[in-house]
Amino acid sequence: MAEHCVKVYSRFNRLWHWSQVGSIMLLFFTGARLLGLHPILPFGAAVLIHTVVALALLLLWAFATFWLFTTGGYKQFIPRMQGMWEVSRFYAYGVFKGEEHPYVKSYERRHNPLQAAAYFALKMMLFPAIWISGLAYLSYGFWDHLDGGSFWLEIIANFHVLAAFAIASFVVVHVYLLTIGHGFRQHVRPMVSGYEKVDLTPEAEAYFRQQGRVLD
Amino acid sequence: MTQSALRITAFVSAVILGQLPAYAQDAPPEETPAIGAQSTPVAQGASKAAHMSDPVKELTADHSKFDQLKGPFASGSEVTEACLSCHTEASNQVMHSVHWTWEYQNEATGQTLGKAHEMNAFCGNVASNEVRCTSCHTGYGWTDVREPMPDDPTKVDCLVCHDKSGQYTKQDNLAGEPPLEPVAAGAKTITGAAAWPVDLAEAAQSVGAPPGRDNCGNCHFYGGGGDNVKHGDLSSALFNPSRDVDVHMSPDGQNFTCETCHVSDKHVFEGSRYETDVIDPHPDRMAGSAHDAAACQSCHTDSPHEGPNPLIAAKLNDHTDTLACQTCHIPSFARGGVATKTVWDWSTAGKLDENGKPITEEGFTQSDGKHLHTYMSKKGDFEWSENVTPYYAWSNGEMTFTLPEEEIDPTQVVEINKIGGNPGQPDSRIFPFKRMVGTQAYDVQRNVLAYNNVYGPGNGTALWSYYDWEKTLKAGMDYAGVEYSGEFDFVHTYMYWPITHMVAPADDALQCESCHTQGGRMADLAGIYVPGSEINLGGKLGLAMFLMALLGALGHGALRLINRGKKNGGHHG
Repeated sequence: MAEHCVKVYSRFNRLWHWSQVGSIMLLFFTGARLLGLHPILPFGAAVLIHTVVALALLLLWAFATFWLFTTGGYKQFIPRMQGMWEVSRFYAYGVFKGEEHPYVKSYERRHNPLQAAAYFALKMMLFPAIWISGLAYLSYGFWDHLDGGSFWLEIIANFHVLAAFAIASFVVVHVYLLTIGHGFRQHVRPMVSGYEKVDLTPEAEAYFRQQGRVLD
Repeated sequence: MTQSALRITAFVSAVILGQLPAYAQDAPPEETPAIGAQSTPVAQGASKAAHMSDPVKELTADHSKFDQLKGPFASGSEVTEACLSCHTEASNQVMHSVHWTWEYQNEATGQTLGKAHEMNAFCGNVASNEVRCTSCHTGYGWTDVREPMPDDPTKVDCLVCHDKSGQYTKQDNLAGEPPLEPVAAGAKTITGAAAWPVDLAEAAQSVGAPPGRDNCGNCHFYGGGGDNVKHGDLSSALFNPSRDVDVHMSPDGQNFTCETCHVSDKHVFEGSRYETDVIDPHPDRMAGSAHDAAACQSCHTDSPHEGPNPLIAAKLNDHTDTLACQTCHIPSFARGGVATKTVWDWSTAGKLDENGKPITEEGFTQSDGKHLHTYMSKKGDFEWSENVTPYYAWSNGEMTFTLPEEEIDPTQVVEINKIGGNPGQPDSRIFPFKRMVGTQAYDVQRNVLAYNNVYGPGNGTALWSYYDWEKTLKAGMDYAGVEYSGEFDFVHTYMYWPITHMVAPADDALQCESCHTQGGRMADLAGIYVPGSEINLGGKLGLAMFLMALLGALGHGALRLINRGKKNGGHHG
């Protein structure tokens, strides 16, 4: 086993990630406008951008989900307890002592256990919460005639905003954690170039070399 | 296919039906030129018929050709007699309209309303003030509203609605009679202008079928005793409005007359402030086809917004089951340079100067430079306003009045009329109103609104002549035939007037952020959730969570930096 720089993020993977970044930032910005946190943009334009971007993001998610399941990429995100203690201890203590990150990335598991658990929660709870409440919010015109329509709208609106802030909190922590270890630029680069240092067995190395996916 | 066939049938019937009331009623069939009239010697009966060399007229009868209308006429009633010699049913139609009876039976609430019965927040009541108030009645000589107008066809005033000479008017204190030669010194017309002698023959020969906006406006624009005093959205600005004042009535817009929306049938007009057509659902009707309700939806449907952006249009159409069209499309009323009276405090009326003379103050300057009264000994204190933001309320159009003899709670603001409807109900919409703020007299012991006798020179009691509240109220209550304790005070009142005229061009409609903002126009309204009108609970909790995440990350980072310092700048890896 040795660390090599291998192409782990396919073109679709990177496109998925960065268009998600762009969309979510636009959604934060326009959503904050709709909530009344800033006055930049007219309300109508904010509604329009928020709606169109959200629908585009939903479409992207549909593609990404399909891609994750057909390529088996979803396995990256299955949470597991193995190594959880070490990683948790590192972030809570070791990182202040200058210890090395205890997790060594493999090709099959590029996320550490804590990271995998966080992504799992994001994908299984926060994202569904935001898009289900968002679609219910958006389709208000179809169900507002029901009894208590306005009451349910208020519930949905509160839920949607809460879910949005939860995702925003995830983004804060996500971006902050990139500064730990080899530094921010080092951590962002793989998602740009696609290449990342992972542990490879000699067999895997030979296979990836044959495919031209190993940089060094 | 079936649907389009239905639509064509509906359209053809609508066109035919639409023609009937406008022309058929007023045109005596014998006056219509017969087909082929030129080819035979002109019969005696058709001697006045127009020939092909004559210009084609709008109407089938030129009333200036009728001998019956040559005059001279000594009174309005004589003109009416001449009208009725052909239009035998017209007077009976008029006498069955609210324009004549000043009485409105509200079946839904069981209340008997109408000017003859209700109280308002302006001059209070018609009873005992008739000759001044009934100057705008569509009849002649209603001097006692305690009794219905007599069944006398000649008392119908045809000219007030059908005159096209422009010089017919009514004097403001003759119970509906026009000023005739010799006009009394200082006499005024119902619009407040110095009265002139009306030429009844000229007026009679000028008549036309659908009333013009001046026919309607000379009364309706001056309700409450002056230009735009009462309604707020009906003023002399609508005689010739610019497009931004009224997109429908402007000559630069659709150039509608009142009757374009307020369609009539048998001299009864659609549209009511007692039972307003807040909605007019009609899924099968084509836009612009004939309608029998004076609602926006009657022509515009309930999904009127189209492009340029279909998403925005769909979102706006989503609003139509919550908001009346007027709510966004009449951003303010009393536009076009004519202010409306917004506050009327009767309690200060009656003050006289040191010489015992009445006082007037003109403390408000309208945008056209005209000075308006802010205090009069006759009427008390006023406030005026232009470009007024409406008061918004859920409404199904149903008004319930606080009628005379109905017990009031003087510790509260008395609502002269209560707006019906509930949040979220299928028949209710958020609707704009003018909320008139009043201070009116009431009987302290009986807790009822008091009738006042304000007009009546020479009668010894009228407030506007004698400035004595005791006498005024006693006379009013006695006249109305109700008990009066003799003890009075003043109570604060609200009166709500639906705002539905002065529709602005689409570009001037309210913007999203007029309501979707903190402290927006719907801020005080229960029963709706307006996104953007507040940072909701989810937003507050979420913000707290977000700030904690941010602080957590910063704290964690700060600790790392401190520890890195301790380790002598050692960078791991």
